[in-house]
Amino acid sequence: MSGIPHDHYEPRTGTEKWVHSRLPIVGLLYDTLMIPTPKNLNWMWIWGIVLTFCLVLQIVTGIVLAMHYTPHVDMAFASVEHIMRDVNGGHMLRYLHANGASLFFVAVYAHIFRGLYYGSYKAPREITWIIGMLIYLCMMGTAFMGYVLPWGQMSFWGATVITGLFGAIPFIGEPIQTWLLGGPAVDNATLNRFFSLHYLLPFVIAALVAVHIWAFHSTGNNNPTGVEVRRASKAEAEKDTVPFWPYFVIKDLFALAVIMVIFFAIVGFMPNYLGHPDNYIEANPLATPAHIVPEWYFLPFYAILRAFTSEVWVVQIASFITGGLIDAKFFGVLAMFGAIAVMALAPWLDTSSVRSGRYRPMFKWWFALLVIDFIVLMWLGAMPAEEPYASFSLIASAYWFGYFLVILPLLGVIEKPQAQPATIEEDFNAHYAKPSDTAPAE
Amino acid sequence: MNRGLTGMFKKLTIAAVTVLGLTSGSAFAAGDEGHVEDFAFSYEGPFGSYDQNQLQRGLKVYTEVCAACHGLKFVPLRTLGDEGGPGFTEEQVRAYAAENFEVFDAELDDFRPAGPVDKFPANDAVGAPDLSLMAKARAGFHGPYGSGLNQLFRGIGGAEYIASLLSGYTGEEKVEAGTTFYENHAFPGGWISMAPPLSDEMVEFDDGHSNTVHHMSQDVAAFLMWTAEPKMMARQHAGFVAVLFLTVLSVLLYLTNKRIWAPLKGKHKPEA
Repeated sequence: MSGIPHDHYEPRTGTEKWVHSRLPIVGLLYDTLMIPTPKNLNWMWIWGIVLTFCLVLQIVTGIVLAMHYTPHVDMAFASVEHIMRDVNGGHMLRYLHANGASLFFVAVYAHIFRGLYYGSYKAPREITWIIGMLIYLCMMGTAFMGYVLPWGQMSFWGATVITGLFGAIPFIGEPIQTWLLGGPAVDNATLNRFFSLHYLLPFVIAALVAVHIWAFHSTGNNNPTGVEVRRASKAEAEKDTVPFWPYFVIKDLFALAVIMVIFFAIVGFMPNYLGHPDNYIEANPLATPAHIVPEWYFLPFYAILRAFTSEVWVVQIASFITGGLIDAKFFGVLAMFGAIAVMALAPWLDTSSVRSGRYRPMFKWWFALLVIDFIVLMWLGAMPAEEPYASFSLIASAYWFGYFLVILPLLGVIEKPQAQPATIEEDFNAHYAKPSDTAPAE
Repeated sequence: MNRGLTGMFKKLTIAAVTVLGLTSGSAFAAGDEGHVEDFAFSYEGPFGSYDQNQLQRGLKVYTEVCAACHGLKFVPLRTLGDEGGPGFTEEQVRAYAAENFEVFDAELDDFRPAGPVDKFPANDAVGAPDLSLMAKARAGFHGPYGSGLNQLFRGIGGAEYIASLLSGYTGEEKVEAGTTFYENHAFPGGWISMAPPLSDEMVEFDDGHSNTVHHMSQDVAAFLMWTAEPKMMARQHAGFVAVLFLTVLSVLLYLTNKRIWAPLKGKHKPEA
């Protein structure tokens, strides 16, 4: 499947040949599982398996939860309590599902920043990157709608605030908002469609994941050096790679097991840690909570949304140029979606010919600052919208855009990259001497 | 060199996870919060469990005092006999339900005494909030440093809030727009419209346990933690078993992984 030369599946018995000539599914599975994988992959390459596991976990627990849940404003909250008290194992299912969403986002952020550091988004893997961004968007939509379903106070008010963002779009905003909600405000129609879409989107994600895997199996994996696998011959390729099974399957499963220890400790011992107490109060359209805070994984983008107030000069200029069409609220919405859009455009904004950040002495510091920036934004998103947090949010948002729109394009021109290893084999051997080399010394 | 970079990645990951914790807790750290005392409950920590006697005492406080204004509409009466709860026998559940509550039966078109199949009734008489989930709907504490991580060892904090509130009245009153408010240093804002519900020796406990306001507050708070999280024991047990087995699995996978890679990495002599 990948462009890397390797052994293919050969049907041996009569039955195998009979099946293979009609549907080469065994061959597809074989090629997928035995894909030549760069042997120098480090521990940041484990998140794909974790993410796949999360998707399966969420779909399986979600389907069972849906058997007991009632998407109606008068019954949703009570049906969740029914799951917690009456359904066999229901409390575990719900806590696994709720915390599973958080694990999903921990893993996806690690996965994305891995890609950003090692230049996994660069040619020829742009399509893998773009599909990944689409998966991330679908995940955010699914998580947001899932959080509405228990119909607690944060569910209701979170839905009100976020769908209100669409109302900020000039002219068509309000009709769009009404169309999304199925009425003038968050109500039963909203809950019903959110439940329907919350059930649908994971399968869209599953399809996108299949394409995501197909795409990087076509180009081959990136690796910590960013140096491509040699493909001139099978013998040469085998010096740079090992088959995915068993080498990386076992390695990834080990990492997954360690992560599961932490995950089950949280589910078993503090399952409400990442939740909000207000969501154990049934939704009440007449009582607004003191602080409406999104789930932790939305906080960085929530901070960017709130950073651009009408006092900020860029907002004032935008408002002046467009004759008031782009007000502070709409600017904030554009900034929030723009923050994800600039990330999606990274393959074309990064001008450096060197793929891995490992050999880019200036880049690695700007990248480290980007990670810190992301964490700071997450913290700011949870803070009240007042000074000094408002100013910090503005600075942190500016860096987020500056990194992608200014620093990435400039670095490629002014930075002097360090020498890269000629091959993956060379990098691998620099870390691990071969048995034949070390055996006499031991 | 490569080690250094991987190290940097690791440090950043650790930093990210730490801040993740910080933000989740600090999200509701702002505002004029009351003082919450850290009561010690038997169920706290990964190996804690509900004190059956305390839950029964708390149920008695609820029945004789709180139930006058507050409902427990999500709690099925039969769960009083569940494992990990107050541990009533089937007869005790029946007797308790029939003695204390009446429910409207649509088939009879009349009220009848409640039974194990019913839930605790809702109570909207004076607009007091339902208490089924109160222990999870209030944040008790957020430490250390706003991370909220201490709930791993000290419980979720809602029961501490309830106990602090019930024993937090100062005795001061004020009348505003026709409503009497009572000063309470656990309540956000400091003034609550609920009159002090408990007084010393108000409820007589069958086990002869101390019935000061402080102790009754703690007992009913523990009971309300149970109504909010009735499956806590089962959950902690499942969590413990899962962590144990997954740790063993991790070790086995670690050794398998090491063995598989050994011939390539040359850290060990190949097996003969």
